[in-house]
Amino acid sequence: MKAGKYDLNDTSIMNFDKQKQEIALSTHDLQVYYGNKHAFYDGNLQFERYKITALIGASGSGKSTFLRSLNRMNDDVATVTGEIMYRGIDINSKKINLYEMRKQIGMVFQRPNPFSKSIKENITFALKENGIKDKQKLDEIVEKSLRGAALWDEVKDDLNKSALALSGGQQQRLCIARAIAMGPDILLMDEPCSALDPISTLKVEETMHELKKKYTIIIVTHNMQQASRVSDYTAFFHMGHVIEYGKTKDIFTNPKIQATEDYVSGNFG
Amino acid sequence: MDPIREKILKPSKETRQDILGKTLSYASIFLIVAVVLAIFLFVASKGIATFTENKASLVEFLTGTEWNPGANGPNGKPLVGALPMILGSFGVTFLAALFATPFAIGTALYMTELSSKRSQKFMQSVIELLVGIPSVVYGFIGLTVVVPFVRDHFGGSGYGILSGSFVLFVMVLPTITSMTVDSLRAVPKYYKSASLALGATEWQTIYRVLLRAAMPGIMTAIVFGMARAFGEALAVQMVIGNATLLPESLLSPASTLTSVLTMGIGNTVMGTVSNNALWSLALILLLMSLVFNLAVRFISRKGKM
Repeated sequence: MKAGKYDLNDTSIMNFDKQKQEIALSTHDLQVYYGNKHAFYDGNLQFERYKITALIGASGSGKSTFLRSLNRMNDDVATVTGEIMYRGIDINSKKINLYEMRKQIGMVFQRPNPFSKSIKENITFALKENGIKDKQKLDEIVEKSLRGAALWDEVKDDLNKSALALSGGQQQRLCIARAIAMGPDILLMDEPCSALDPISTLKVEETMHELKKKYTIIIVTHNMQQASRVSDYTAFFHMGHVIEYGKTKDIFTNPKIQATEDYVSGNFG
Repeated sequence: MDPIREKILKPSKETRQDILGKTLSYASIFLIVAVVLAIFLFVASKGIATFTENKASLVEFLTGTEWNPGANGPNGKPLVGALPMILGSFGVTFLAALFATPFAIGTALYMTELSSKRSQKFMQSVIELLVGIPSVVYGFIGLTVVVPFVRDHFGGSGYGILSGSFVLFVMVLPTITSMTVDSLRAVPKYYKSASLALGATEWQTIYRVLLRAAMPGIMTAIVFGMARAFGEALAVQMVIGNATLLPESLLSPASTLTSVLTMGIGNTVMGTVSNNALWSLALILLLMSLVFNLAVRFISRKGKM
């Protein structure tokens, strides 16, 4: 199929060696439709465990749509067909326990969205709902997740203050802490830094580096420097297709597809 | 086996809660729909009986001016001309909306754009207070203040559509005001900033930007106010004069659908022509509230574009 300048069938998708690399999540023939509009085509991607995978592409290229499908956040707005394999289960099936799945596959959103509760309650809210009542244990998790999100030193004396009083960057790191407090396997991040200033962005990126020791991260970003800085693998999306998927170094220095080269070098269009 | 895998595959307390919650909300919806349908069917079956069983003519009902359901006219059919009441109802409704809308919009603009936080709160409670006053109190004030006022300054007996409209004006004012406030508050702040940054005056911004953006909401507010006015019975009944005659002017005694209903329903026997004719009036009221409802939906859908 040809659309505009580029042939959308001209793709280069990396495959992993299942013997050596552990696959945390993979999609098979994933298609997303908004009503009659086909928003994402033929997604066959694998995501390696304990790595950061960046999804890049222009606005409307389907990367957020794809990401939100991975933990079924698109259930009410779109039709998603195909398989999403996680621990040998197709989590795109109607029969799975959505809530247990989302405890494993957490999400951080574009805009920081803390609840209008205290910093501490933002983190303990979901834990309490899940039956963790022991105060000491809750405090431990709060500290651990805030440290994990590199926020602990900044807020340890104000845990009972409103989360809304934090700066944007702190709020976003609180949202990351909130997500990792649930002890997930995979973190999906939808442009987590687009509403943040460069310093906050840097902090969140440092946080991600720390996090990848324990979590598999898939991040959508508009910022190509960010993709090249933080990620191990990069997928380039264009008009609902994955055009190229490979090691970040290769995508940015030696892309195989013309469209990718144009996009990363800024000659896109 | 992998414990996480097992968890994902098995239903949990949460999924069971989900099913329970869904069942409960479907049950409530079903109950409410059933009640509404039952009311509609009941009123409709009673209201239509006037025309099927008692052989009154529908045209005469909508255009006739003589209301005396107990007696038969020269053509042998019951006298059920409801035009005076229909006109009365629409008259007080439109006049009340006409009087109330400018005041409501003015008050709403004051509350959202001009006043301080404190007077905003004060106005809010004044408006809430107005909603809470029982309609019999409004009617009583109407009877002792509005009726003499109209008699002295406009003439006539004081009882009539004008007095009814004045009383309804106060009654629908809070409805329209508070909904207009809501729709003005829903206008994004950056509209105002954008307009002011282009050099527009406050007045230009309010008139050309804020009110335009809030227009669907304001229209909805007016229709809601009209629906309230149309359905109000007691207060209107106390000041309108209750003559089932075609009103000659705004000052001559008239009646509305609701006032005839409240006066008559206790004094007629179920199944008689007089009783069925009242149900026909109720049917009109019900259909009109349906029309108001559809109007609101139509307006708010148009505003979404």
